[in-house]
Amino acid sequence: MGKTLYDKLWESHLVEARDDGTALIYIDRQLLHEVTSPQAFEGLRLAGRQPWRISANIAVPDHNVSTKAKERAQGLAGVKDQVSRIQLQTLDDNCAEYQIPEIPLNDVRQGIVHVMGPEQGATLPGMTIVCGDSHTSTHGAMAALAHGIGTSEVEHVLATGCLIQRKMKNFRVSVEGELPVGVTGKDIALAIVGEIGTAGGTGCAIEFAGSAVRGLTMEGRMTLCNMAIEAGARAGLVAVDDRTLRYVSQTPFAPRDAQWDQAETYWRTLHSDTDAVFDREVVLDAPAIQPQVTWGTSPEMVTAISGRVPRPEEMETDTARQGLERALSYMGLEPGMPITDIRPDVIFIGSCTNSRIEDMRAAAAVLKGKRVAANITQALVVPGSGLVKKQAEAEGLDQIFKDAGMEWREPGCSMCLAMNADKLEPGQRCASTSNRNFEGRQGFGGRTHLVSPAMAAAAAVAGHFTDVRDVMEARL
Amino acid sequence: MRAFQRLEGLVAPMDRANVDTDLIIPKQFLKSIRRTGFGPNLFDELRYLDEGQPDSDCSGRPLNTDFPLNFPRYEGASILLTRENFGCGSSREHAPWALDGAGFRAVIAPSFADIFRSNCFKNGLLPVVLEAERVEQLFAQMYETEGFSLVIDLEQQIIETPDGETISFETEDFGRNCLLKGLDDIGITLQNEAVIRDFERQHQARCPWVFETLEV
Repeated sequence: MGKTLYDKLWESHLVEARDDGTALIYIDRQLLHEVTSPQAFEGLRLAGRQPWRISANIAVPDHNVSTKAKERAQGLAGVKDQVSRIQLQTLDDNCAEYQIPEIPLNDVRQGIVHVMGPEQGATLPGMTIVCGDSHTSTHGAMAALAHGIGTSEVEHVLATGCLIQRKMKNFRVSVEGELPVGVTGKDIALAIVGEIGTAGGTGCAIEFAGSAVRGLTMEGRMTLCNMAIEAGARAGLVAVDDRTLRYVSQTPFAPRDAQWDQAETYWRTLHSDTDAVFDREVVLDAPAIQPQVTWGTSPEMVTAISGRVPRPEEMETDTARQGLERALSYMGLEPGMPITDIRPDVIFIGSCTNSRIEDMRAAAAVLKGKRVAANITQALVVPGSGLVKKQAEAEGLDQIFKDAGMEWREPGCSMCLAMNADKLEPGQRCASTSNRNFEGRQGFGGRTHLVSPAMAAAAAVAGHFTDVRDVMEARL
Repeated sequence: MRAFQRLEGLVAPMDRANVDTDLIIPKQFLKSIRRTGFGPNLFDELRYLDEGQPDSDCSGRPLNTDFPLNFPRYEGASILLTRENFGCGSSREHAPWALDGAGFRAVIAPSFADIFRSNCFKNGLLPVVLEAERVEQLFAQMYETEGFSLVIDLEQQIIETPDGETISFETEDFGRNCLLKGLDDIGITLQNEAVIRDFERQHQARCPWVFETLEV
């Protein structure tokens, strides 16, 4: 019987399978950031242990950094909040103490850990990758087995080079056919979460396949794998193809010369065999996917731009009805209202889901020559890394955003989780390109609608959610 | 790690599905570099009427008196009863740390999110999976009876109700053993140091590029 891509990655890193169903899996790369690593280093220190393999690790500050240029120019001293400053300083100190490579705050390569990793070639096909962040699933776009872990596991990987794991189930989501113009990887991701639910992938590694997935750019595939966790799956995967190899070959840490040839030969085997058997399969019809907008407080509470907010009486169970009523109350929405009647106050374009160069281009294409609507009180564009920022500026995209009345910020996680000063005020409504619309996620009492960068830009211009394809057609 | 063998405790409700870790412990508290001190901020946005700040004293904050965990009848609860997909979202281990800090030693639900579940086992917090119907019955019994307590015996994998009924549950062997004995799993893994080194040598021969030093 053939093997799935996940089977291959699992078997090639299996150190030891135990009788109790757990296994020791060798970890090739651990990405570290300031929020989930301090307690792990502290544990290492208290136990008198040393890192198993220093070069397995690379660190970057991202969650808690300021995105304001003036504050960033002062380095750590510019971080006003003392608690945040101590956390950022602790990452620097721990990396210095254990000689772990760190890309510092104002290095041009600094950025959101899940943007920096692929961009630098720190994450490569075939690797096992972990990070104390659930969106580590992003790196599965390179056919790497990548998933989020807790801080105790960060410490475990630091100390042993391995992770204790149980093998997950194989789940394939195929998206077949041609994706309509204006519909992106983000819309596919949201449509899948809407289809299978936020717990649909629990216990599984999801391989994204089908012609529409193969047709996505690497950025689009990263967006898709990024949101595997929003469907409950720790890991998302896409098979290696020419596009993967082309992307990887242009990264600084990619192997070179003879080592590249050796790697390429191996990487080309990183796909599911044609006779591989999956525990579960779901097929989506790409031409039927419309731009998506979430209306509730869970990513599965999503519909197409042409849709409406559901009504409690349409729910099948009491728990679902109560969940819907609570969500509508929190979101300040009426049952049955058209999505296009929802008017955001804030626009956020950024996050590990949608802050790569392609995302910047997609938003700028909609915003070119336009102004954000009068009801929008704040519009933030936060590039995913210093290199994305530099590239966007070289293409003049920053000027398009600024001319539209938006703020062009420094790289970081920013308003996706609102650990820094970028957050919603109570009751504010945001069109956000991030990944979670949970209660309070973007700020205490804040209301989040998840969309693609193009849809966020369209909402910025119109002042309400609108089909980006209408905006683009009007332009032609 | 603190061992978990047998627990007799008051049960408190978190009566909704898909409770995410942002709700369990909001992001502003993740600025802490410690593992402790999160208890007063468990479910912060539901428990209090104002916005909580890290390192601030919670004793004078306005309580949301509609939130069940603030009801006097649930004070001192150590078992949280909840619904499907508890702990979804962010991987933050601060979520089990906050539950632990607030006195919870076990969570009963029809299902848990993967990362949260794994984080529980590392922190002496027992996630118990029961059928949705069973959870529904426990909710009904708990609402009916003030002071509703359960006994959870991990060794035998059973829950005893006040009526003398016994409910079995299953946990994975490795996690259960670590919890029962309070074992540090890093120590267990390092007993296999030679096996890991051996694997590493073979892996390096196959994929040498993985082992290149990252010169930043």
